[in-house]
This record gives sequence, structure tokens and C-alpha cells, in this order.
Amino acid sequence: MNLDSKIPTGPLSAKWDNHKAKLRLVNPANRRKYHIIVVGSGLAGAAAASSLGEQGYDVSCFCYQDSPRRAHSIAAQGGINAAKNYQNDGDSVRRLFQDTIKGGDYRAREANVYRLAQLSTAIIDQCVAQGVPFAREYGGLLANRSFGGAQVSRTFYARGQTGQQLLLGAYSSLSRQIGAGTVKMYPRHEMLDLVLVGGHAKGIVTRNLVTGEVRTWSADCVVLCTGGYGNVFYLSTNAQGCNVSATYRSYRRGALFANPCYTQIHPTCIPVHGDDQSKLTLMSESLRNDGRVWVPKTMADCGKDPAQVAEADRDYFLERKYPSYGNLAPRDIASRAAKEACDEGRGVGPEVGGRRLGVYLDFSASIQRLGESVVRERYGNLFDMYENITGENAYRRPMRIYPAVHYTMGGLWVDYNLQSNIPGLFVGGEANFSDHGANRLGASALMQGLADGYFVLPYTVADYLAGVGLSGRPSVDGVEYRDVLAQVNDRVNRLLKNQGKQTARSYHKQLGKIIWDECGMARTREGLTKAISDIRGLREDFWKNVAVPGTGADVTPELERAGRVADFLEFGELMCRDALVREESCGGHFRTEYQVDGEAKRDDARFAHVAAWQWAGETAEPIRHEEALVYEEAQLSTRSYK
Amino acid sequence: MSTPSCNSALSSIGKKAVMALTGLLLVGFILGHLSGNLLFFKGPEALNAYAQWLHEHAALIWTARVTLLLGVIAHIAAGISLTLENRAARSGGPAVEQTRRASWGSLTMPYTGLVVLGFIVFHLLHYTFQSVALGGQTFPLATNPAFTDVHAMLVAGFSHSGVSAFYIISLALLSLHLSHGVSSMFQTLGLRNERWRGRLDILAIAFGWIVFLGFSAIPASILAGCIK
Amino acid sequence: MVKDNHSHSADSVLNLRLRVWRQRRGQPGAFEEHALQGVSTSASFLEMMDMLNEKLVRDGKEPFAFDHDCREGICGMCSMTINGMPHGPLPGVTTCQLHMRNFRDGETITVEPWRARAFPVLRDLMVDRSGFDKVIQSGGFISIRAGSAPEANATPIAKDVSDAAMDAAECIGCGACVASCKNGSAMLFVGAKVTHLNLLPQGQPERDRRVLAMVRTMDDVGFGNCTNQGECQAHCPKGITLDVISHLNRDYLGARVKAFFSSTGKARRGGD
Repeated sequence: MNLDSKIPTGPLSAKWDNHKAKLRLVNPANRRKYHIIVVGSGLAGAAAASSLGEQGYDVSCFCYQDSPRRAHSIAAQGGINAAKNYQNDGDSVRRLFQDTIKGGDYRAREANVYRLAQLSTAIIDQCVAQGVPFAREYGGLLANRSFGGAQVSRTFYARGQTGQQLLLGAYSSLSRQIGAGTVKMYPRHEMLDLVLVGGHAKGIVTRNLVTGEVRTWSADCVVLCTGGYGNVFYLSTNAQGCNVSATYRSYRRGALFANPCYTQIHPTCIPVHGDDQSKLTLMSESLRNDGRVWVPKTMADCGKDPAQVAEADRDYFLERKYPSYGNLAPRDIASRAAKEACDEGRGVGPEVGGRRLGVYLDFSASIQRLGESVVRERYGNLFDMYENITGENAYRRPMRIYPAVHYTMGGLWVDYNLQSNIPGLFVGGEANFSDHGANRLGASALMQGLADGYFVLPYTVADYLAGVGLSGRPSVDGVEYRDVLAQVNDRVNRLLKNQGKQTARSYHKQLGKIIWDECGMARTREGLTKAISDIRGLREDFWKNVAVPGTGADVTPELERAGRVADFLEFGELMCRDALVREESCGGHFRTEYQVDGEAKRDDARFAHVAAWQWAGETAEPIRHEEALVYEEAQLSTRSYK
Repeated sequence: MSTPSCNSALSSIGKKAVMALTGLLLVGFILGHLSGNLLFFKGPEALNAYAQWLHEHAALIWTARVTLLLGVIAHIAAGISLTLENRAARSGGPAVEQTRRASWGSLTMPYTGLVVLGFIVFHLLHYTFQSVALGGQTFPLATNPAFTDVHAMLVAGFSHSGVSAFYIISLALLSLHLSHGVSSMFQTLGLRNERWRGRLDILAIAFGWIVFLGFSAIPASILAGCIK
Repeated sequence: MVKDNHSHSADSVLNLRLRVWRQRRGQPGAFEEHALQGVSTSASFLEMMDMLNEKLVRDGKEPFAFDHDCREGICGMCSMTINGMPHGPLPGVTTCQLHMRNFRDGETITVEPWRARAFPVLRDLMVDRSGFDKVIQSGGFISIRAGSAPEANATPIAKDVSDAAMDAAECIGCGACVASCKNGSAMLFVGAKVTHLNLLPQGQPERDRRVLAMVRTMDDVGFGNCTNQGECQAHCPKGITLDVISHLNRDYLGARVKAFFSSTGKARRGGD
């Protein structure tokens, strides 16, 4: 298969402008005759649906939540990057581009990243105009903070709720279009499959989560903005409903899945407390500015009250291993170091499943140096949240933290137009693979979602529609729609009629454990090979023994869960397979066989490419395609933090 | 968004504004009524002179009466309409009902309001029309029989302990009504914030007590035999 | 809140009696009683509900449907009235952030859906909150087309104005205000959005239309009227205050007065 990324010619800085000038347009009077389906209502989906609606297209937007305002973009805390250079500290589009490409460990497509940096400034303008209450200085102008992986202050923020405010901005624009009638909103609808007609994406199948109705929808094109697949780990910082089904079902219809092994693990989350835990909660990375990370030197001290562990018996392992960066080592490095300490049996906190998975983040030195009131002023809300969840007072005893999955860089393969290899299937936001390479910098996810939705998709979708013309939309009575609908109904009925005794959640937990252990922070050939066979076994067991109570003709939460878990059980295998074949370490993908002195060892000669997987049937192994990453301007170099 | 037309039916906030504005009018009346009443303690001459002055300014008193009547009707109509709508909107409420903050006064507004309405009707029949609970007595003023000796009428009326008790209880409920209403009025008109809420709440409660003590002082002092 | 202690928060285990609402759409509902053993005090309330549901599924019964998603207190999806209190006994947190250490061993816990006419029950503990979306669709936005925005720093906004707008904008749209209100009123929700947008300079051109349209939709959807009792503020997990209702009232009445006396314009004279 020829993976044409459709990167425009010309110098990097002129590619997008040149490209836009060539994109075809649709006459305003004809736009309402085109029906566009947008799945997902997060930053990318809401922005795309509202922008297309504003232009006059007939848009239908679907989300599984009860309101588009609840999509998981809402949970992003830190901020959004933009190359505004309001701080006069040397920022520029090129600098943001370079930081992002380097942060992605040179595994992202250069032209896409440059465009992202270019569009970043317009996003801030757009959001401010919508009424997003970004933090401001006393002079009334916008404030910035610094964030990881950059030497300039370019992050815009709204307290600790930047994602919420940006989403509410996009939601308000979307609501305006719903009110105006250009967008029809279908909340509590889950996409269960994609319909192709003549090789083009021309519709979807959804299940109404209230009435249980499964039906088809036809459209001139389909835009997926359905988020990431972090919940394949069962425990993650993602929302409970986040799932891979929309993208995975599209993969099974022929869309390529790119780099599924690229996942990001955040070092500062509240540790797992027990077997019944459903969710991991992120604590802002900023805590590492004033906290020292340690574990006891010996296992014998791990069960003790931390105050009883003498200073000489503590191992400040980040400071020991990375003396120059210390506790501020980057996310992937800090996460792996914590995992190693716990794997050695030196973890702290209550035992969960026979292991202590946690390290201390100790503020006592800062409290002594700065006083409790200063620490309270800086982190009070985080300490409160920590106490609310754990019942512990972090002013008196060290916090316990442990890494957790919170973002996935992989996703459906798209070209420069954000169109997948299936014509008419566009993918935006976390659901595509395009901009973050093997690791995402903080405050870049929000930027990408909004850039895709407000400023890329509205242009490229129009180009596609102008190309296919007005005769493009088939009737839902067509055989293609009926076939897919029948297949979806079969699968739903198979789940409902299964005579099992096990809950879907129990399978999800087991899958999560396999993925976390073998395809988490450190991956090995043996582990991944074993994981693939374990997942297959688990999948077989699932289809034999899963129990799904209910008729499906109503709200049936277990049916929703079982369907999503079934897809994760297939997707998990693909993820391990991708990790197995990528015999190098880069960004969030760390293969223990490929390291130098404990640090990631990239192999640019063999792996400077995007791996895009093609589904080949139920029994056949998927086919791996490569899109070479050509760097015209960025210089490939090695990251070091010692 | 289409331009919302100025429709004649009142919105929820419109009705609330009616409650607040008519409430303000009635609070003003209560203040005036109370200051007039307190002349009772200055002696029969002062009180009767005041009553006589009022009756000599018929235009004034009739304007006030009509305004008050309309105010009361609007207050009650809006109140009933809001209460019925609220009952329906609540749709029964939870099986386990908990209240965190709402004051007793605020929770009982419709009930205290109805009792006060009954009280007003009785009060008008009692002293304005002198047709109930006075045993058919009349109280011509000795100096000018065309006018009523209000002081004597009050002493006679409140010498009946049942009547006095009814007045005092009703006044207590009126004060409870005011303890929420006076502060709520500011909120409804958009003239309150978190900083002023506490102060206005205290003001409302204080006002409630003043009204209660001020008005009750008359039947109480008569019952106690201090004034004959 | 758990008191400061110097050992790990002692995890203990609770045995509970749960009275949980069971209802199908359009049919009457009733409480169902279940015993649940071995609930860790470090579990969240929703994790406790997960445990109950897992048990029901293993027993071949249907689990209780409830809305939940982010489980970190920001999406606003979770919605349960716990022992008569929307989001439960701990002020300032959502149900998903409520932890079982706030309950006692042996306690009977009553769990019901949000109750209000405008929030009809869809199933068990799930209600339909689309009325909130309708209110926003009628005017809870600033009309700005993607691509037409002026430079972000072109209009300075005083920090205190921006901060006050942010205070209001923190509303997560969960509906606890409606559920806790004795009148099923949505004034805190509507007030928060109106205050957020009407405070900002960007929101001025549509200020009056916005408030008039949103209040009208709020009434049409079937929410009740505010009686200034403050239950909403006392139950709001995000600490939104009655200030936003006062602001809403002020803007609404001002807009009505302005509309009443506004010029009808030349073009309108013929009656359009």
C-alpha cells in the first residue's frame, strides 16, 4: 500500500498557505446539501462540527455522553501552548515547532507539526473571542506560564481547568449552531461501526444508549474525533467511557492504525489503592518543583511510617540517577525510575495485590525552607484534592505518587489533510496519530485538538466534498448499510445472549494488567510475545464467559462496557505487536533491550518511520506499512538528561 | 438566537420582580403603620389626632388604600402562581429530604403568607370596618363624634385575650415572612452579593423583630394591664 | 475530611445496606435494598456502586444504571442524591470524588436520582439533563465564527473582571443546583453562564438578547422559580455562589426595561 502523506511541496513555513490556496471550495448555496457526520464532541469534534456548521454544511454530531459538554477534553488541567511570544522571551512559530518535534523524539511528521505551531496563535484569538476566561495580568493582558520541554513561557491557562474552559468555549460555539439548526446533536449515541460505499466512508452505525435502537446514518463524509485509547490499560486518567471502538471498528473496515504502541505515562498520579479502583487521578506535574522523590533504601523500611525512616536510609533516586535534572527529570524518565524502584520491592504505601506501588513525593524540605503557608499558596488545591482522595495530609507526611497512563500518541493514520487512507474518513484530535510523535509535550494536546477542529478540517473536508460532488451520498437503504447493520446487530445479540458468569469489567481488569505489565513503561520482546498470546487467550475466554444482563432495548450499561472491552481485547494485541516490531526505544516507547546506560536508544536508521497497521481478517496477522519520516529542517539529535 | 419578543406573560424572574417590588411597597406600608401605631404609647390625644389627620386627607388615604390593595393582590397572585409552578417543577422531590441552608422563614413563605392574608382580612374587619370582635360597640371621639376614638377602640379590642393572642401569633408569622422576604427582595432585584448577603440577612431578621415587638407591644401592654 | 494522622490512613472495611432507586423510563420506580459487604473506606462512592453492580451481574441481575464519566470531578456527569443530598454529605465535591471514609460501618445509604420535572428519569439513577443544553443553545454563547476573531490581546480585560468571569465559568453543569432546589429551579446554572459571558467585554453586544433568551428557555423547559433559599449554593460542588443569580436578575430586569423603552425603528413600523 502506498501511504501518500500528501505533504505539500515548498519550504516548511509556506506549505500550509500554499496548500490552502489549492484546496477546492464548495459554493455557499450548495453546502447545506452536504451531510457531514462528526463523531465525538471534545475539542476537536465540537470545534469541527461548529466550524462546518458555521460554513453552512448539514452536520450531525454524535457523542456517548449525555451532553457534548462532558467530553474528556474537559479534564485537561495545565494549559495550551501558542507561539504568541507575549513574554518577549524569544518564542516563535519555529521554536514551538522545534520543541514539539524534539519532544516527540523525532517520530512526528514535520509538516504537520509546523502547521500546528503556525495555527496555535489563531486558536488563542478564537478562544478569547468566545469568552474563555484565560488567566490575565493586572494590566488586563493575557498571562503565560512555563511548561515542560520548553525554555519559553508560552502556555495559556485558566486556573487548573484550561481544558474545561476551552471545551466549554467550543461547546458554546457548537450549541450556537445547534440552536441555529445547522448542527443536529445526538448525545447518548455510540458509534459502533463505519459504513463504506465504493471504498469511501459514507456513514456510520450507532446505538442509542437510551432506547437501544441500532441504526445507520448516511453522509457525504465522516469525521472521527473520538479520542485516545488509554483505557486499554483499564486504569488510566481517562474518563470511564473513553474507548477505542470508533477508531478500532474503522481499522477493521480498512483504515490504517498508526503507532499504537506510543502511549504517554504521567509520573505524578495518586497510586492505586485497591482492587476495586476504577480510575487514576493526575496530580499536576508542577509539584515536582518543590517535592523530593524518594523510596527507602531497603525493603525492610517500606512498611514503616516515613518519618521513622532515617535520612541516611532514604534513596532520592531521581537526584541520584539524574543529578543535573534531579526531581525535574522528564515525564518518561521519572516514570520509569519510579517503576524500577517499585519493581525492586522498594515501593511504599499500602500493599495492593501483594505489592507496594508508590514512591514518596516529600515536601518537608520545602516546608522547612519556605514555610507551610508558601507551600499552601502554591499547591493548596492539589494538597486538598490529595487529602480528599487518600485521606492523608501531605503537609504532615510525604505524598505517595505513581505513574499512570494519560495520553496516547498513536491513532488512525491520516495524511496532511487529516484524511485517513479511506477517502471521506477524516480523523482529528487524539484519535489521529499525526502531531506528537512518540511523546507529547505538556499543553500540546489542547492545541492540536482545536487546530484540527477549527482550522484544518473545515478546509480539507470541503476539498474532499468538492471533489466527490453532490451525487456522492448514497441512501441508507443500500446494501452496504444493511450489511454493516446486520453485522453490528449480530455482535450485539451475541453479547446479549452469551451465557457467561464473568463481568466485562473483570476482563477489562485482566487485560489492563497484561498491558500495564508488558506494554507499559518498559517493554521486552519476551513480555510482549507473552502478552500477545495471553490477550488471545483472554479474548477467547471473554466470548465464552462474559455475562451481559439486560435486553439491550433500553439503557444497558453492561452491553456498552462489553462492546468496548471486546474491542480493547483486539486492540491490545495490535498495540503489543507494534511495540514488539519497533525494536528501538523512543519517547514513551521504551524497550529494555534498546538502551544505553539506562536511557532510551533510538534507531533512526531502521525506525525513522510511521508504522501503520492494516487489518487483514479475523485470523490473519495484520500487515505493517511504513511511512518514512523525512526531516527537511529539523536536526535529529539524542535527548540526554543526566 | 432570535430576538426574544417582549411577551406579555411574565417570566419567572418577572414574577419574582413583582413579588419584590410589591413586597417593598408593603414593607414601606408596615413601617408607616408601625410608626403611626407607636403613637398609641404617647397617649390617646396623639393617636387620635393622627387618625383624624389621616381622615381629613381622603385623597391621600384612598390613593394609599388602592395602591396597597393592588399591591397585595399582585403580591398574592404572583406568589400563588410561583408556588404552584415550583411545586410542579419539584415533582415530588427526593424520598429523603435534606436541607442544608434554607432558613425556616424561607421554607414557610407560602404558609406564613396565607396566614398573614387571613390576618389582614380579620384586622380590616376588626378595626377598619369595626364589624367583628368588638361586640357591636362604637367609639365616637368625645371631642368630635364624627371621628373614631382609636385609642379607646384598641383598648377595648385587645382586652379580649383571644383576639390579642391571634394578633400576636399572626404578627410573629408576619415577622418570619419578613425575615426572609426583606433580604430576598434585594436578591431578586439583583442588588445583593455575597458580601452584602450576610448583612442584609441580619437586617431582615432585625426588621422582623422590630415589626413583631413594635406591633405586639400594643396588645401585650393592654393585656398586661399597663394601659387602660 | 479525615483528620491529620501520622500513619497511613487506616483502610477499614464497611458493610452497608443500600437502598437504591430502580426505574424504567416512563414507568414508576421504587427502592431496592441490597446488602454490600467489604467496601474499602478508600474506595470512591462510584467504586462502591461498581462493586454492587459487579455483584448483581455475577448473580445474573441487571446492574443499576448511573451516569458517570471522568471520575475526577470536572465533567459533571455523575448525579446521585445520597441520603437526601445531591452529591452526598461532603460539601464541595462531586459524587465521584466522595469517598467511603465519609460513611459508617453498618450504615443504610439511600441513593436516588436527581429529582425535578425538568430532569425526567431515563433509567434508575440516570436522568435527562438536556434542558441545560437547550438553555445554552438559546443564547449561552458569544457569536464568533472560527477565523474571524481579533488579536487576543487587542482588548485588555481587568484581572478582577476576568477572575469573576472564571469563578462563574467553573460551573460543571451537573444539575445539583436543580436537584437540591426546593423549587427545581435552574437559576444557579443559568446565572453562572450569564454572569460568565455578560461580565466580559466580548459578551457585551449580545448581553441583553442572551439573558432574555436564556431565561425564556429556562422557563419553557420547566424549571422552577428561584426563592432565594440558597440550597443550590450549599450543594454546588464547585462553590458557585448566589451572586450569579443576583447578576442574572439584574441583567434580566435591566434588559426587560431597556426592551420596553427601546426604539421600535423605522423598518418595524409597517409591522413585520
